[in-house]
Amino acid sequence: MKDHTSAPVSIPEEILQKWESRGVSRRDFIKFCTATTAALALPMSFIPKVAEALEGQRPPVIWVEYQSCSGDSEAFLRANAPTAAEIILETISLEYSEVVMAAAGHLAEDAKHNAMKKHAGKYILIVEGSIPEGAGGGYCTVGGVSAVESCKELVKNAAATICVGSCSSFGGIPAAAPNPSGAVSVMDLVPGAPIINLPGCPVNAQNLTATIVHYLTFKNLPAVDRLGRPKFAYGKRIHDNCERRSHFDAGQYAEGFGDAGHRQGWCLYKLGCKGPETFHNCPTVRYNEGLSWPIMAGHGCIGCSEPEFWDTMSPFYRRLPNVPGFGIESNAYDIGIGLAAATAAAFAGHGVVSAFRKGSDKDDKE
Amino acid sequence: MARIAVDPITRIEGHLRIEATVEGGKIVDAWSSSTAFRGIETILKGRDPRDAHHFTQRFCGVCTTVHSMASIRAVEDALKIEIPTNARLLRNLIMGIQNVQDHVIHFYHLHALDWVDITSALQADPKKTAQLAQSVSDWPNSSVKHFAAVKERIARFATAKSGLGPFQNAYWGHKAYKLPPEANLMAVAHYLEALEWQKEVIKIHAILGSKNPHPQTFLVGGMSTPVDPNSQNGINADKIAFIAKMLKKARDFVEQVYIPDVLAVAPFYLDWAGIGGGVGNFLSYGDFPEAGGNDVDSYFYPRGVIMGKDLANLMPFDEKKVTEYVTNSWYNYSGGYDKGLHPYDGETKDNYTGPKPPYEWLDTDQKYSWVKSPRYKDQPMEVGPLARVLVAYSAGVPEVKGAVDFVLQKLGAPASALFSTLGRTAARAVDCLVLAQRNEKWLTDLANNIATGDYEVHNKEKWDPATWPKEAQGYGTHEAPRGALGHWIRIENQKIANYQAVVPSTWNAGPRDAMGNKGPYESALIGTPIADPEKPVEILRTIHSFDPCLACAVHLMDGNGSEIIRVKAL
Repeated sequence: MKDHTSAPVSIPEEILQKWESRGVSRRDFIKFCTATTAALALPMSFIPKVAEALEGQRPPVIWVEYQSCSGDSEAFLRANAPTAAEIILETISLEYSEVVMAAAGHLAEDAKHNAMKKHAGKYILIVEGSIPEGAGGGYCTVGGVSAVESCKELVKNAAATICVGSCSSFGGIPAAAPNPSGAVSVMDLVPGAPIINLPGCPVNAQNLTATIVHYLTFKNLPAVDRLGRPKFAYGKRIHDNCERRSHFDAGQYAEGFGDAGHRQGWCLYKLGCKGPETFHNCPTVRYNEGLSWPIMAGHGCIGCSEPEFWDTMSPFYRRLPNVPGFGIESNAYDIGIGLAAATAAAFAGHGVVSAFRKGSDKDDKE
Repeated sequence: MARIAVDPITRIEGHLRIEATVEGGKIVDAWSSSTAFRGIETILKGRDPRDAHHFTQRFCGVCTTVHSMASIRAVEDALKIEIPTNARLLRNLIMGIQNVQDHVIHFYHLHALDWVDITSALQADPKKTAQLAQSVSDWPNSSVKHFAAVKERIARFATAKSGLGPFQNAYWGHKAYKLPPEANLMAVAHYLEALEWQKEVIKIHAILGSKNPHPQTFLVGGMSTPVDPNSQNGINADKIAFIAKMLKKARDFVEQVYIPDVLAVAPFYLDWAGIGGGVGNFLSYGDFPEAGGNDVDSYFYPRGVIMGKDLANLMPFDEKKVTEYVTNSWYNYSGGYDKGLHPYDGETKDNYTGPKPPYEWLDTDQKYSWVKSPRYKDQPMEVGPLARVLVAYSAGVPEVKGAVDFVLQKLGAPASALFSTLGRTAARAVDCLVLAQRNEKWLTDLANNIATGDYEVHNKEKWDPATWPKEAQGYGTHEAPRGALGHWIRIENQKIANYQAVVPSTWNAGPRDAMGNKGPYESALIGTPIADPEKPVEILRTIHSFDPCLACAVHLMDGNGSEIIRVKAL
């Protein structure tokens, strides 16, 4: 794990003291500011600015769940630095969160509506879960109000909306074929709204805290790609930074789970890894305080941060078609071109959702 | 008579609504409704059965391993696949720490605020709090300085301009809160400590399975986590030492904080040992195989059924007797919805007939929930830690019997007190303690097995779908933190032909069936006292004691259905 504490920083002493009085050691606080600055791809000279941003007013945050599994809320509760408790108690004002809040029923709903009115145009909205448009809104209601109406109103009045996880970003699992409930993403429900997507199943907590800190620091959202994903987190493919990449290039592949190559950390491409087609910073940020990530644990990437991955990336244990050059010392240039083409095709495949799944089943012997 | 509804029921996973009628200060009738649908069973049709666990794991992001387990066991049952010893032990460890972490989160973060008044903690004397904490436990964080710092942190938070955040609008000051300020401060301090603790101990999932939530390490036939003491990439001595450290951290917190807190708080709420009993039928699928790959007879928690609170008559479980009704659920069955269907023949044909949103009330005389009504021998069953513990207690499992007797003796309560809201909460603590201790044995077993030179984690024999029969069916079970979880699968031509999951909260939260039997939530609420209909904290207590995986609401109206009291914001 990287230790950033040796980086040169000059966080004002009074800020460090304040955090210390709250039970956060200066080492931990410096570590967080440095790691977040690095995650946001900012120069290290921004560290004091990040530290100062955390000292400002606690901005109101409304966190809603629609067709969710609460996995993103849980990921947030595993946030490390700052921890969920620090964020909730010191950094933001969490006005509504079904998983965490004490109030229930109408009193909970009132808290949401009051915050929406009082902070109109100023609150950060975090949406977890997709929104079902079918059954006249009956597929998901909260307090008797449909997710469709609730989400539209909240997004309309928000300063910015952060979609956590693949469901709110791209529709996720409820929108997988045949999409029984007519589930859509927030950007499809409310086109044109200021939205940032943090797909992944679930969201990586570090990318969420980095996005919040970016917003607090610069009062705007980070730069995004054409799918609304921040470039700092989704600018490169898993394959580009994968710790097993050298084995791919050397033609060293695990042929089965638990075989000698698999145990030695060889490339998982033949076992179905979707890393070559997936844009995410998993290899560098990892999960649970940087401890691990799927490929490190011997399982291929399933592409969970890509749109419609449940359809385009499955079957998950079948290798990607048309990736040339494996098995021998590969020509990196050829591989790059081949993958770029395959990736472009997958992205162009909105509507051709089951291209891989329904493709040639027989040509693959796992 | 008054009618209450609470929507959403918060501090749970998902969307749940409760409606109830109140007479003479007590609930006389209740309806449980889930208000969200995704249709994942439908989405699974036609897919590769080996992929199913990735999909089903997304049923829930709270207990994130459990559906993977049930799903994979269903496929392994259908295809008759045996798993290696290492895979069994890795699974036990992943499931075991999931239960321990989940129970602690439930107690402190999802349930405690029903019993603990966070605002009262501001009146506490940190010195007396330290005395209280030290009198119930040796936990090293029980200093005056620590509690004073927590009090100051909460005070600064409560008086900030931005307000109480997630703690606003709750039922603070309600007379049903009975703890002295010092006990409240102790609980609030542990709420914060538990938040810190849970993200540490669940790192075991990252080491064994890449991440949490939604670990990515399960496979039909075993696990993808390599085991190899001579590789940086496998489970080696280094990683085993890390896991051992986390397991100790887990056990210490449960033994020194969670259990003492439950024992310290319970005496103030002993009246709740007579409230919230429910259907009195209990089902546990049993779990944690201790021999072979998945030898049901070797399960640490045995499988069994208790009917009518009769602990002396533990009955075997018969899978054929499980059915699901949709009489009052927003689904259709092709053969008519007054008949229960076994999950192999189950159907998920959604048919929303509820009120058009926005709505005030559900029509509880008709279909009123997205949850089906599972039944065993046509009877509603409670599942969860209480069921698991009662079945093990009845079967005489020494570890469980010892822990239950210890808790009952400390509280001076008879075994019958377990059939209650308080009993459910106590049983969860017992379950957590027993598993926190057992996890260490499974880690030792794993190390010992690796030491024999066995590095196998995956049985590849039937990995290739070409080796499968044209048709197969099977079911897989798991004792999830919230209880008996079963998945049923039918495979045809290497694809999923039908998939049905009967999850713990379906058993507990389901609506009435064709015979008019209430579900466990509905039954448990009958007789619950409601001191202040505008602030029905008592409903939260009983519903949260089940640890629901859904979301709800409560309103008040008169016997004719017209509203007499509307719960308002303060």
